Amino acid sequence: MKIHEYQAKEIFRNFDVRVPDGKPAFSVEEALQAYDEMGSETVVVKAQIHAGGRGKGGGVKLAHNRNDVESLSSQILGMNLVTHQTGPDGKKVQRLLIESGIDIEKEFYAGIVLDRKEKKFVFMVSTEGGIEIEKVAEESPEKIIKEWIHPETGLTTDQSKKLGEALGLQGSQLDSGVEIFTALWKAFHGLDCSLMEINPLVLTKNDEVIALDAKINFDGNGLFRHPELSDLRDESEEDPAEAEANSFNLNYIKLDGNVGCMVNGAGLAMGTMDIIKLKGGEPANFLDVGGVANPKTVANGFKIILSDPNVQSILINIFGGIVRCDRVAQGVINAMETISVNVPVVIRLEGTNAKEASQLLEQSPLNFIVANSLSDAAEKAVAATNGGGS
Amino acid sequence: MSVLVGDSTRLVIQGITGTEGTFHGQQMIEYGTNVVAGVTPGKGGQEALGAPVFNSVQEAVEEQRANTSVIFVPPKFAGGAIIESIDANLDLIICITEGIPAADMVKVNHALENKKTRLVGPNCPGVITPGQAKIGIMPGFIHTPGSIGIMSRSGTLTYEAVHQIGSHGLGQSTVIGIGGDPIIGTTFIDMLELFATDEETEGVVMIGEIGGTAEEEAAQWVVDNNFSKPIVSFIAGQTAPPGRRMGHAGAIIAGGKGTAEEKMAELKRAGITVVESPADIGQAMVSAIN
Repeated sequence: MKIHEYQAKEIFRNFDVRVPDGKPAFSVEEALQAYDEMGSETVVVKAQIHAGGRGKGGGVKLAHNRNDVESLSSQILGMNLVTHQTGPDGKKVQRLLIESGIDIEKEFYAGIVLDRKEKKFVFMVSTEGGIEIEKVAEESPEKIIKEWIHPETGLTTDQSKKLGEALGLQGSQLDSGVEIFTALWKAFHGLDCSLMEINPLVLTKNDEVIALDAKINFDGNGLFRHPELSDLRDESEEDPAEAEANSFNLNYIKLDGNVGCMVNGAGLAMGTMDIIKLKGGEPANFLDVGGVANPKTVANGFKIILSDPNVQSILINIFGGIVRCDRVAQGVINAMETISVNVPVVIRLEGTNAKEASQLLEQSPLNFIVANSLSDAAEKAVAATNGGGS
Repeated sequence: MSVLVGDSTRLVIQGITGTEGTFHGQQMIEYGTNVVAGVTPGKGGQEALGAPVFNSVQEAVEEQRANTSVIFVPPKFAGGAIIESIDANLDLIICITEGIPAADMVKVNHALENKKTRLVGPNCPGVITPGQAKIGIMPGFIHTPGSIGIMSRSGTLTYEAVHQIGSHGLGQSTVIGIGGDPIIGTTFIDMLELFATDEETEGVVMIGEIGGTAEEEAAQWVVDNNFSKPIVSFIAGQTAPPGRRMGHAGAIIAGGKGTAEEKMAELKRAGITVVESPADIGQAMVSAIN
């Protein structure tokens, strides 16, 4: 689960991670009010969207006075911000963070992620702050210093010192660095985060290390331990169909094509998208209906796929294991009797009771295109679109 | 191959009295798996599926000589359930549970260090040695004993591969779903080591997906160790957009890393037959072993 920068900074404050003074604002009036309350002459007006690269996209601006705050806030609020992480459509800015300006001495990068290979969390820092860390990792990996965190001890003071020294921090700077690294790990560990990135982490002219930026993702699997975090979810940042699918316990991701797919299992769902593409079509979505493809999940799946106006055909690919194919077929028939499905539906059912399932489908007055293999199904689904795949 | 599971397996089901544990436990017994015990804390002394239920895995080991466990415990308690079985020194733990927090799996991995116990999963369909034992949630009837080892990060896509291998007249030696999470116990490399020395296995199907570097590491291992049996591989997620989690917690292209394209290139470089279409797995294996 992703959250906004201002929310992440609120969390940082609770864990004693130093951040600049700042207040969120949902309107120009609130932005001005925040400015007046903060008593800082120079502030930064920052667009709050769930994506990085906001500065480059024009979503982060320096305001030297009250008038600047007013004009910049009205300019950024409501703008469609396009960054390398938003995709070409961009994201509409609905929230701002008004933050005190900081006298920066140096910019760094700090991040905590799961290292899948080492099977441990890893704390990373780099002197190359403020720029895309992916580029640093690719071009000069030696500039990223890593400390792997032992599951029993957590991040030790020695490790924090090493990280600080790697950034060239000395004396009271180093003390400040150790403090912030320790606090960051405490927050990461305490809240079951899956990613934490501070880019830039800065050394101020006063020798303090503070988090100028804050990005936190939570491990969705750990949320049951932190029910309070669900309040931080901003549904306006999510695709409405994806949010709806989520509420049905379905796994849906919208894509740009026109062949809708409904599949049981994430791997097979990806494989189905891939074969659609190979047959000359474009998948409209990823949809995993899970292990139990019953009438209700199938009906919900249809609803979500059909909410995408680009969909011109639907491919249902179910490998019946524990779930019997005849039950799935009955589910599809029942669902299509209650929902009007106005595009061709190609069905491929394999596994338990597959024969009984095709009989059911063939006997039904509804119009299905029955496929007898994965390849056949993809070809038929692509052919059934308006362009026929060409 | 009965390296992982087979006739010598003495299985304890953790979470035997839950809906999943009961249903799949029944299926496993019908397939011929030797279920010797169940564990549900607080329900010790009862009986389930004809097997005695204990409060702890340790008791199941002492009373019933259980050597393998399968876990159907909810995600909240699954990490602890795995560690309990590690502490009881079981040979093999197969964790089916999906949704275990990554932090819990970091602890599990630490508990596994310097232990003889092997973990499969979590978030996996399990392991089957066709005709001998089935431990997990895969449909038993689609499998036939034979010479192809199948290892996969997916569930239903594995069944698809099994089905294709079967319909091309080949059977399977061992089929394992290694799991779709970022941190898993047994890896592709661990399985390649087992398949390398297993006389019954003549070819290997490896089904990978986007995210992480498990496939690249396996490719490197194949080169470094001169793995001589033919491998056919499919990587799911060639059309997946970056930055989006495709169902499995581990299936995500992050920071430009973990793309299907990269993985396929590395596999090809290692001499592995890579199929672009998931429908071509069976045919490619037939060609590869002939």
